[in-house]
Formats: sequence, C-alpha cells, structure tokens
Amino acid sequence: MADVESVGVLEKKYSRRTFIKGVIATGATVSSASYALQGTSLLGAATFQSSTERLITLNVNGQQRRVDVLPNETLAMTLRYKLNLTGTKLGCDRAECGACTVLIDGVNHYGCSIFTHQLRGRSVVTIEGLEDADTGELSIVQEAVLEQGGFQCAFCAPGFIMSMTAMLDQNPNPTRDEARLALSGNLCRCADYDKILTCAMRAAELARSV
Amino acid sequence: MAERLVGVDISPPDLRAKITGRAKYAEDFRAPGMVFMKMLLSPMPHCRVRNVDASRALALPGVIDILRASDVNGEPSDRPSETMLTDEPHYEGEPILAIAAVDEETCAAAIELIELDLEPLPFVLDPLESLRPGGPNAHTGGNQYVGGQDAGWTDYKWTEADFVAVDAGQMPDPQDTPAAWEKGDVAAAFAAADYIREDVVVHQSVTHHPMEPRSTMAYWENGRAFVYVSTQSAQVTKNGMARALDVDPEELTLVSEYTGGGFGSKIGGHTHMSLAPIMSRKIGRPVMHRITRYEENYIGRARPGFQSWVKMGFRADGKCTAIDLIIVQESGAYGASDYNSAANIADLAFTPGNMRFRGVAMLANTPPKAAQRGPGGAQIIGMLEPLHDAAIREMSEQGMNVDRLQARLLNAPTADVEFGPRNTSLTSVFAREALQAGAEAFDWAGKQALSGRQVGSKVTGIGFGLSPYTAGSRGYDGLMVIRPDGRLHVYQGIGNLGTHSIADTARPAAELLGLNWDQVEIIWGDSSKGMPRSSIQAGSQTTHAHTRANYAAAEDALRKIRLVASRQLGGSPNAYNVDNGRVSGPGGSMTFAQVAQRAIELGGEFDGNTLPSGISDQTVPSAQRLAGQGLMGVATDAYGGNGSIYSWQAGFALVELDVETGMVELLEFVGWADCGTVIHPRSLHAQELGGSIQGMGMAMSQRWVFDPRYGVSFANRFYTARPPGFLDVPKEMMAGAVNIPDPTTPVGAKGIGEPSVGAGAAALTTAVADAMGKCLCRTPLTPDIILAELEGRPLPYGRLDQHVG
Repeated sequence: MADVESVGVLEKKYSRRTFIKGVIATGATVSSASYALQGTSLLGAATFQSSTERLITLNVNGQQRRVDVLPNETLAMTLRYKLNLTGTKLGCDRAECGACTVLIDGVNHYGCSIFTHQLRGRSVVTIEGLEDADTGELSIVQEAVLEQGGFQCAFCAPGFIMSMTAMLDQNPNPTRDEARLALSGNLCRCADYDKILTCAMRAAELARSV
Repeated sequence: MAERLVGVDISPPDLRAKITGRAKYAEDFRAPGMVFMKMLLSPMPHCRVRNVDASRALALPGVIDILRASDVNGEPSDRPSETMLTDEPHYEGEPILAIAAVDEETCAAAIELIELDLEPLPFVLDPLESLRPGGPNAHTGGNQYVGGQDAGWTDYKWTEADFVAVDAGQMPDPQDTPAAWEKGDVAAAFAAADYIREDVVVHQSVTHHPMEPRSTMAYWENGRAFVYVSTQSAQVTKNGMARALDVDPEELTLVSEYTGGGFGSKIGGHTHMSLAPIMSRKIGRPVMHRITRYEENYIGRARPGFQSWVKMGFRADGKCTAIDLIIVQESGAYGASDYNSAANIADLAFTPGNMRFRGVAMLANTPPKAAQRGPGGAQIIGMLEPLHDAAIREMSEQGMNVDRLQARLLNAPTADVEFGPRNTSLTSVFAREALQAGAEAFDWAGKQALSGRQVGSKVTGIGFGLSPYTAGSRGYDGLMVIRPDGRLHVYQGIGNLGTHSIADTARPAAELLGLNWDQVEIIWGDSSKGMPRSSIQAGSQTTHAHTRANYAAAEDALRKIRLVASRQLGGSPNAYNVDNGRVSGPGGSMTFAQVAQRAIELGGEFDGNTLPSGISDQTVPSAQRLAGQGLMGVATDAYGGNGSIYSWQAGFALVELDVETGMVELLEFVGWADCGTVIHPRSLHAQELGGSIQGMGMAMSQRWVFDPRYGVSFANRFYTARPPGFLDVPKEMMAGAVNIPDPTTPVGAKGIGEPSVGAGAAALTTAVADAMGKCLCRTPLTPDIILAELEGRPLPYGRLDQHVG
C-alpha cells in the first residue's frame, strides 16, 4: 500500500515539466551554463539536491529486480547504469532516435522517456531478454537479422529489434509499407533501411512458419 | 574443396553480439569505483575566459576534481589548432573545462555552480563576411594562417568592388586566391565552346551525427592506461592516444570492439577522447565520459560547406570541355581541406581537359569541420551533376543532338584519365560500366516519359549522379596465427565501425589457405591481443589495403605450411597444397593442427620467434606477443602498384515533387558500383544504399542553421537536423556492382564506403531539378526553399548566403 501511495506522490511531484528539467540536468546542461551567472537554478538543481533514491522492484526480462532509483531517473539509465543491461543504447536521450527502445507490457517504448518508478508492476523486456537464457536460442526476429546480415554499426540494432518484436506481435503479416511505418520511430544513421526492412519481413515469414 | 569465401554473403562473426546486446560500445564498459565527467561548453561563438570561479562547484558534495585547459594542453600554439579544453573558445559548444563527480547529475549541478567571466570577442559565421573589407575574423590573429618559413596570421580580404557583386548574388572574380591551379587552355576552350553555363551554388555544412556519441571510459592500473574508445581505426588510435597521454604505445590498452559509426568524425579517434584517461590519471579512479547527442552536435565534427561559382563549357555533342570553379569553404573553427579534393574530383568526374580552380578556405566560428564520407567529392558531385544535366537538356532544347545519359557517359573517364593539377592516374576505372548497368537496372530509357509528368500537384523527376572517391592504399601489415586447434586466427588492427571489414578483409586470405569460414577466428578491438600496423579506417582504404595485407600474411603462412609439410613428410614444398584445413602432397597429408604443433616445435620463423626484417616496428611487439602460439603468417604488403585507387558509384532516383507544399518524396533509387572484385555482396549493397541515403539527407533534410546575431546553433539535435528516417526512403531499393577486378591488386577489391554519398545527393538534386525544370543551386532542399523558388517570391536570403535552412 505504501508503494502505491509513493508512486502517486512521485508522479505528482515529477510532472512532464520536471521530467524534462531532470533530463536536461543529465543531458544538455552544459549549454545553458551562461557566462557570469551566479549559480543559476535553471536546471532545477532541486531534482538532484533533494532527490532521494527509493528501493523499488522491477520486472525485467522475467526477473524481479530490486533497485534504488532516483525520482527523475529514466528507465534507460536504470537499465544501463544500475542493472548493467547495456544492450539498451542511448543515442539521443530525448526520444529522437529509438536506440533505447524496450518493451513495456509488450509495447515498444523509448527507455529514455519514461521514469523507472512508473514501472512498478509492469513488465520490461530488453534486448538481453529476447535470447533464451538457458538454451541460447535466439528470438525469431534475432534469427532473421542474423540470417540476413542486418545492420552496419548496429548501435541502433537493439532498438530496432525491440520495435520489430512489438510489430510482429501486433501485426504478424505486415507489408513492407506497414513494416516501415511500424519501425519509423527508430533511426539508423548508417541508413541500412533496405536491409532492416528485409530482416523484418523475413522475421514475419519465420514467425508464420513456426 | 573448401567453400568459396570471396563474392558470397556471410554474416559477420560479431553480428550475434550486436543483436543480443552483448556487443560493448565504449559507453557500455564499467569499472569498479567508476565516476563520471562532464564538460562545460562555451555559450559563445568566440570569447576569452577571463576567470573561472569553481569554488562552489568543488565544494559540492560528490564533486571530485576539475580539469582546465592548462591541465591538458601542451605548449600553446599560434596556429589554429584545436585542443581538448580551451580558454579561448572559437565556437559555441567548445569545451572549456571538465568536472568529475560521483555521478552525472552531480557533475551537471557542479557545472551550474561554476562562475564564468567571459569576454565576448568578434565572431563570424558566413565565410564571405570574413572576406568583406573590415569584416570580422574567426580568430583574433586574422582569418588565414599561412604555414612555411614566414608562418603567421594574415587578414585576407576581398575588395569593396568584389562585394558589390556578392551583394547582388554574384561571385566576384577574385585575384590571388590562396589555392589556385589551372590546366589546359581554359580561355580558349570557353571561346570554342558551343554551350556555356554559369551558376552560383551554395552547399551547406552537415553534422556527422553517428548513432553512437563519442563517449570514453578510462582507468589506470599499475601505470598502465586502459581506455575504451569510440574510434574508426583501432591500431592508429592506440598510437595517437599514447602520444596524448605521453606513454609508450605498448603501455596502453586501447579497447574499441564496437563503434557506432563515424563517417569520418572518429578517424583516428577524436580530440576529446583523451580527457577521460587524463582525468582518471589525476584522480586515481575510473572515469566515464558520456557524450550526449547535444554535445555531439558541437564536438562531433561536420562537413565543410561551400559557396561556389562554376562555369562549364560544352561541345555540341555534349562533351564537357572546360570548367572554371571557385570555392569559398566554410572551414569551421580550425580548418578543413575538402575544397582541394572537390576541385580534383570535378576534373576527374567530368574530364573537361581544361580547368581552372580558385579556392579559399575560411575559418568561421562554427563547430570544427572534418572529413565526412567522401569529403569534397560528395559536395562537388551533388553540386555539379544537376548543372551538367541542366546544360545537356538546354542544349537539346536548342537543337543540339545530345542525350542526358549519353552525355554523362561521354564525360565519364576511362582508365587512361589524368586528373587534377598533378595529372593523377588511376589503377582502374569502370565508371561508364557502372553508369550503364545502373541505367539498365533503373530502366532509365523506359522512365524518360515520366520526366516532368504532373498528376494533381505532384510532378515526377528523374535524375542520376556518378561519384568517384578514393578507395585504397598500400603497404600495411598482416598478422595471423594457425594455432594447434587447427584454426586460423586473424589479428586485425583496423576498426569495427559497421563496414564488416574486420571479417571481409580476411576472407581472401582464408580462401588462399583453403579454409572454410568456420575455421577462421577474427581477433580485433583490443590492442593487448595484438594488432599489426594498419591503415586508418577512412578514405575507403580498408578493403583494398587490408585484403592485400592479410593476403600477404596468408602467402607467408602458406609458404611456411608447405615447408613444415615437406620437412615432415618429404618432397618439395611446392608440391604441397592446402584444402579444408589440411596440407597434402607427395609424402602424405597433415592437418593444420599438426602443422601448427610442428611449427611451434621448429620455432624460428615458423612460430614467429624470428620475425621478417621488413615488417613495421609497430607490428613487431604484437607479433612477439603471439610468438610460439602456432604457425605465424606475418608480412608487409609489398605488392606495390602505380596510380591512385578510386571507386565509383552511380545512383539513379525517381522523385515526386509536390508543387503546392514543396515536399519531395523519393520513390525509387538504384545504385551501381565499380569497386573491383566484390567480396561481400550484401554488405556492399548496404554501403551503396546507406551512403546514398546519407547523401540525400545532406542534400535535403539535415540542416546547418545559426542565429546570426548571437552565433549559436539552431540545428543542434536530430529533430532540427534530421537524418533520413524509414519514411524518407523508398520501401525497396536496388544496388549492384560491375564486379570487374582491379588488375593492380592481388585480390582485385577496392573500397566503396564513400562514393555513394555524392551519388545519392546528386541523383536526388538532379531529379528535383528535373521535376522543377530548374536548378535550385543550393542545399538543403527544404520545402520552404523549394516553394519560394517555385512561386518566384523574393528570397529572404542572398543567393550566396551560407547557413540557410
């Protein structure tokens, strides 16, 4: 019960506005350090000064993980820096590129743009969770990408693979047009789009044949 | 028979790690006790740091230490040279200092508590403004730094009369430009030309923005530095990092297993990669220096923009007979050299025979410029192809018997080409073959009827581009060991930035040794495991340079395998052949496992205890480390060869331009390459299409725009300078290659990373011009700019203005 209350309190306290301020503090702060300012409070230093970590339980890749999180901590940061799940990449930290895409209750989300503390009681799946931990068997999407030689630098690959996974769950028979629409929230700077789309279509084909 | 390894699709051996989250990029490494570092970036485009009061920042709980310019830089230089930190920033976003703290938020809060006293200095964004009499300079010393004996700053200005032309949107006729060359008889060629056109063209700058920002993690253990870096080239970066830290390269472990793209911005690493190991050495703790996307915009490099004038002369049959080119380059805060390669490539791509180039590179208070995938070449091809195409169409309208594609074929070079001021020759040229094959795949002939067709508000345009770029180099080392497990271990000192070359450059070597791919192990990304002297992974060199180097090492290994077999089994060494991991001949057969074991017993040159004298000093320590582990193949590429190595990319595009909104939709794209022997078709096609799409982003969706009053960037993130996404490209694209070996290299393969950018940009700009019926002569082709031109409205910018988006 105490947990439920604290979630409510946190969500009120950390609105979208304070979320953005918090992200600025870890992301873009240096830009706003204008000259001769007497210790500006532009960044909402309060988020850091008054912040206290809270121990919460997250369901990540099917496991209950207990972790201390700051009120303004994003899921991508928790995964990368507290749970050592570094497969979730930070490409922009501002919902522009999709490299941090994870599944939350089966739906693809940008991990940089959701607070960790909002995820109590919900299921998070990261790129590390797709491979069968016991057998090493890859997911169908991963199999398709491996077979088709998908991606170049592959920094965007985990995010794309999570979006492909969500897409196939929602639409097992996508056309190439539908697939590229479903994946359009992810950016590939190598612009390997043609091959990525081929991987997605191959994954759908493999899924149908299972 | 062992399988063929050249010309087939084999998924790279690191792919499984990339798609399971196991692949570690620099920011994925952790060390016990690791702390964080953040930089304070200059809020001004040019200023002097009069004072820094960090007392409140340093008093903040959790803050560990600070680095200032004086802590990290060597002797101050009068030259326009970039340093890791500076007390005189020359662009908005240039790092002034760095703070280490227990976590990133504390770093950020500490930086907010720093009291800076900055003295604003004059700044300039548009290069032409710095050429104007009395105009501002990017550096306090002047706007040109001249090297040589009387090295120093000068104040290079054009005249008031020149600026009457500039203000009217015309390029003046500048005298004594810092760069100039002329070949043939340009004046006579123009006098004899049947058709001449002149255009003013502006090409924007573009930020590289690789997906992975340039983060670094570093720590020291017993005086040895361990640095985890995002770099394009591993072995070269190790040497650069050792110099920056003033340590012996062998006392440094550089790890770069995976790099999330570079596109020229991380060639030998990058300027700021040494901050983390320096801070770590100072505070005695591991340091994570995470770079954000926002920071990447400033310190992550950009392609130089051009303000140009070009005059092209043609014979009635469509042959280009003269080019007169002026380029004013936006060189950023610390200089760039794209304009020189741009001029050379103009001469190479259109073979005018008579050409004059005048260039001036201008420093500006904008983020630093660096090579970006096809530096100079991508800009000039994107600029000149639509002009060439417009010329041919106008000549046709005037009754001359010319055709768009035939004229381009006529102007493309053949193997005997000599280009640029030094009449550079090439090893092989199959440019016409690539253009012709691409035209057939695209159905250029069949699509002629679509050109200019309007349905509703949408007009169709078709276009193409033919783009060359450097594609190789010679003389690097290969290093490999067949271990007693019978497997070939290939040691790679090149980087792993997404080109798959760590695997693909080893394939011809493994094929020579008669191995199946599952008998080959690639070792890369960790300098402590051994790295031969390697090329920088830039200039599209790697495929050419390291198929050769690895092939040379494989020939050395083959020679030793035969010697071992003949000593063990009898008969002449040359009577022994390798296949499927065995060596067989008159005396019988041995497995490679047995050969490796025997090589260790024999010692000497067989297992690397004795090394050949010709290999590089940089290779020796790695080879010594691997000695005694099996049969070693180690050699320098001594195949030699004359001529520069260039590859070619043809690109064909079909677009629809909405004349009511100014939006351009790319509906079809075909790319065709001349890159010699194809090693990995699927990866080649990815390079062709990916590079072409980058070129389209450069020409259309990415922007480089500043607030002219305060000199700060307006387009500093993905959403304001957006690279193409899934919905910006066709849902199916096609790529291919002529696949004709370069006769001067044993494997026949040349690189292909770079030519595609110009091909994509040119195909797009030419197709848009085809749809509009006129050349915009400016990038980016934003809907606003297109609409203003279509509707003939007065433009809110001058024809020659830079930084318009």
